Amino acid sequence: MGRFITFRLLQAVPVILAVITVTFFLVRVAPGGPFDSEKAVLPEVKAALEAQYRLDLPLFQQYVAYLGDLAQGDFGPSFKYPGRSVNELIEAGLLVTAELGLYALLIATLIGGVAGIFASLKPNTDQDYVPMTLAMIGICMPTFLLGPLLVLIFGIRLEWLPVTGWGDIPGDKILPSISLGAAYAAYIARLSRAGMLEVLSQDYIRTARAKGLPERQVVLKHALRGGLLPVVAFLGPAFAGLLAGSFVVETIFQIPGLGRFYVQAAFNRDYTMILGTTVFLSTLIVLFNLLSDVLAASLNPRLRHQFHTGGMP
Amino acid sequence: MSSTAGELLREAEKGTSLWQDAWIRLKKNRFAVFGLVVLVLMMLTALLTPWIAPYAYDAQNLDLGATPPSAQHWLGTDIFGRDMLTQIMYGGRVALAVGLIATSVALTIGVTWGAIAGYVGGRTDAVMMRLVDILYALPFMIFIVLLMVVFGRNIILLFLAIGAVEWLTMARIMRGQVQSLRQQEFVEAAVSLGLPARTIIRRHLIPNALGPIIVYTTLTIPSVMLLEAFLSFLGLGIQPPQTSWGLLISYGAETMEEYPWLLIYPGMALTLTLFSLNFLGDGLRDALDVRGSKD
Amino acid sequence: MALLEVSDLAVSFVTRNGVNRAVDGISFTVESGQITAIIGESGSGKSVSCYSMLGLIPMPPGRIDSGVANFDGQDLLAMSEAELRRIRGRDIAMIFQDPMTCLNPFLRIGDQMIEPLVYHQGTSRKDALARAEALLDEVGIRDPGRRLNGYPHELSGGMRQRVMIAMALINEPRLLIADEPTTALDVTIQAQILELIANLQRDRDIGVIFISHDLAVVADIADQIAVMQNGKIVERGDRRAIFDHAAHPYTQKLLAAIPSGSKQGSAGDPETLISVRNLKTWFGQGENVVKAVDDVSFDIHRGEVLGLVGESGSGKSTIGRSILRLVPVTGGSIDFDGIELTQTAGSELKQLRRRMQTRVSVADAVQQLKDDVGLARSAVRKYPHEFSGGQRQRIAIGRALATRPEFVVADEPVSALDVTIQAQILELMQELSREYGLTMLFVSHDLAVVRHLADRIIVLYHGKIVEQGDGSTLFESPQNAYTQQLLSAIPGRQLIA
Repeated sequence: MGRFITFRLLQAVPVILAVITVTFFLVRVAPGGPFDSEKAVLPEVKAALEAQYRLDLPLFQQYVAYLGDLAQGDFGPSFKYPGRSVNELIEAGLLVTAELGLYALLIATLIGGVAGIFASLKPNTDQDYVPMTLAMIGICMPTFLLGPLLVLIFGIRLEWLPVTGWGDIPGDKILPSISLGAAYAAYIARLSRAGMLEVLSQDYIRTARAKGLPERQVVLKHALRGGLLPVVAFLGPAFAGLLAGSFVVETIFQIPGLGRFYVQAAFNRDYTMILGTTVFLSTLIVLFNLLSDVLAASLNPRLRHQFHTGGMP
Repeated sequence: MSSTAGELLREAEKGTSLWQDAWIRLKKNRFAVFGLVVLVLMMLTALLTPWIAPYAYDAQNLDLGATPPSAQHWLGTDIFGRDMLTQIMYGGRVALAVGLIATSVALTIGVTWGAIAGYVGGRTDAVMMRLVDILYALPFMIFIVLLMVVFGRNIILLFLAIGAVEWLTMARIMRGQVQSLRQQEFVEAAVSLGLPARTIIRRHLIPNALGPIIVYTTLTIPSVMLLEAFLSFLGLGIQPPQTSWGLLISYGAETMEEYPWLLIYPGMALTLTLFSLNFLGDGLRDALDVRGSKD
Repeated sequence: MALLEVSDLAVSFVTRNGVNRAVDGISFTVESGQITAIIGESGSGKSVSCYSMLGLIPMPPGRIDSGVANFDGQDLLAMSEAELRRIRGRDIAMIFQDPMTCLNPFLRIGDQMIEPLVYHQGTSRKDALARAEALLDEVGIRDPGRRLNGYPHELSGGMRQRVMIAMALINEPRLLIADEPTTALDVTIQAQILELIANLQRDRDIGVIFISHDLAVVADIADQIAVMQNGKIVERGDRRAIFDHAAHPYTQKLLAAIPSGSKQGSAGDPETLISVRNLKTWFGQGENVVKAVDDVSFDIHRGEVLGLVGESGSGKSTIGRSILRLVPVTGGSIDFDGIELTQTAGSELKQLRRRMQTRVSVADAVQQLKDDVGLARSAVRKYPHEFSGGQRQRIAIGRALATRPEFVVADEPVSALDVTIQAQILELMQELSREYGLTMLFVSHDLAVVRHLADRIIVLYHGKIVEQGDGSTLFESPQNAYTQQLLSAIPGRQLIA
């Protein structure tokens, strides 16, 4: 297992490096700089500012210097908010976004997983059609549509739940988490149903029944492990998607999370903030994918065996 | 005696009617048929919109302002007095256009890439798929937003960005298909008959991989549409005076308290379309008996 | 009183394409202390009849039309699901065909094995594991304690089948139903498992129903045999009666289809078409290298059928693919009509390829068949395609011969096909090879089949040739120990010539 993890970590490095490099140069190439929108400043002041932020150096030197800072864990100062470092800002936003993502993932996995399993037990009956149609709607209704709709129904018309903020009013975490998690709940429902159906048609399920075991044991003990594998494998990409897509929900519900900071930074051409957020999020995403692969492997004894022998099945 | 052999050869020539079989199965799937019907209606509407839309797409009536559904405006009007039905119809055109174009781009790149990687195998395959893996791991959402913000609202860029995201999955699937097909009998037969690689790929591998390709294409289109709507929603995609469902939804979200129909109808249009396409894609997947990229 | 008494059992499948009467009113008895074999080809209803008694057929689309199945005085067909469940795994146990897929890959062997004990008898986990270990030992698994903690994929096919058998016997059932338990196994392993089943049955004095499509397989162990065709039992009797004087034409056809006897007197052209010297085909590198073919030398004469016999992993398929240059050769030479194959490439190779033809193989047909046989789980719409395996084979052969090649590699062309179809295909191949003057390399694990068709036979073991000779010599006086083992493993040798 250790070999596997090391190998994957090594693979992750070029990815992250690519992300840093592409983002760095992309942002610089774009028209407009961080100080252009300021009210007209004297050229000398502008030059001084640029020198302070290293913007007067050749691009490549800036790049190398940035990498050096990164290696020490320093994302640099924010261009937009003088006096505050990107690290600070990321930290502040991260807690919020991570919590949002976690709740959404929990909702998605629990609701989706259970729905899918339930549907798989009686395929092609109402027990199957109803949850799966709901799931399809969940997939087809984008977050930016579902969010406002939920706000309209539960926040404005029914006035049951608050619609802005995070942690300010009790219950204000419900709607955003549901909006974010709904689409993933739908995907997970379909995945778990498909996985369970596949497993339930396997010979070893017939063997389990032939042993006279009650259906509940057959499903829970024999089928679940194999059937939910695709769901576990999906968790990594799911969390990644949640992180990346959180900014929509954060915008709609006005949540001070990382996603919202990112969009603002993009509009403001706050280079360091953009870079910092992108690198950070990408690293998180890569790590999560790794985690989910490891989890999936540990659940599948055959794959585990492969890792011990270094890849030979 | 030669009659036995001749008989054998004639039998060999009769192909399997995989497609007929699939069509029958598809027809039995109510959801898929529903999806197909909606899709066809939508395409017809989109094509005929300039002629059948009740109003011109840029016709405003500022005095009227936003009104709920009425006899003259079946789906109401927005704050500029524009007819919502017309807006939604034109939005449909855009959605479909983006869907088809971006998907074709993704399809062409993805299928070619995957077919070559899968067929040639070895180091070439490793390199090609490693590239796909790296690109796959990049958080594209983030990049796209970055791109769009930074480079402005260029519709070409939009297509490119969307295509760039979607071709990866297609490549992976195609490669998986080619790999498993390559080991099968008829490919070995073709190889031992001395056919060149190009021919084998073109005449034997691609037609047999057609099943999954069709399914994933049908599933990519809604994905692409969603992406476009999303970008337009953020203000990064289609720009006024062109319409897009994403744009309409974003306006609707802003004013949904007073004018909920501005959110609901475009939302329904988008959801219904995606719904239909996805069901159709699912139905095709079942009918053609396609599994995911298994080993 | 008989252990199991079945009268007038009828089972149908109701599908969109109509009602299919899979079992059409059969009656038979199973006595304790005897092995009753039910023989039939795919689609005969042999598996459906037993599965339906235990409630293992999904109903719908299955439907029991009539019948009584008295087990110990109680009618199984009239029982509720709950009652049946109590009998399954405790009084009546089953083992299935494919040990690869029949054990849960995600659970430890010990955990799977003790389930019937724990559930039906409430045994404690510790006691149950001890019992499981004892049983594993009894069925011949070495180091049973360690195996209990392991997973199925760590075991070979034969070992997995032993685990299945141990698992089935853990509750001391009185009736064991074995559905094609050896069909997926190599010949020598098959012999071992057959012996194991027979011994266990004797020791415990239980009843066994042995379902198979191959009459030869049960020739050594069955006490009673029932032959099924199209849902009906067409003949029934004890072993002697069936093998010595079968009455029904279908039974006679089954008996005739068992390949026997060596091919007589076709020496073929002494001219050599293909000459293989020191062939090595290795896969992988370093310590993980697999020496599939390890220094093999032989000739193939023009116009002859050379049989290549070996079990899985012997390298026989790899030799065929090496000659056809479908896999890269690691060392040695292959001379085809004066041309050194290992040196040719590109267009020259393409030219050559037109003179040779790829294996007439069965991957597709086997899959189809596996679906046919695995009735309880597969979609029932596949059920009617009984002979599609044979059809596909004929088509494959046709395609292979379309280019009138000089040399054909036939790799397992008839394994897993029903016996009668197998006989047809073999006959067809013989005809065609004579008519076209084909030179054929016939690769198979089934010695009986090879002997029937081949002029000369080569026996392969772990990538090396251990013996070669013509059919009769090999069979009457085998020199090598492995060949002798293979020969003795052929089931039914005593009863069939």
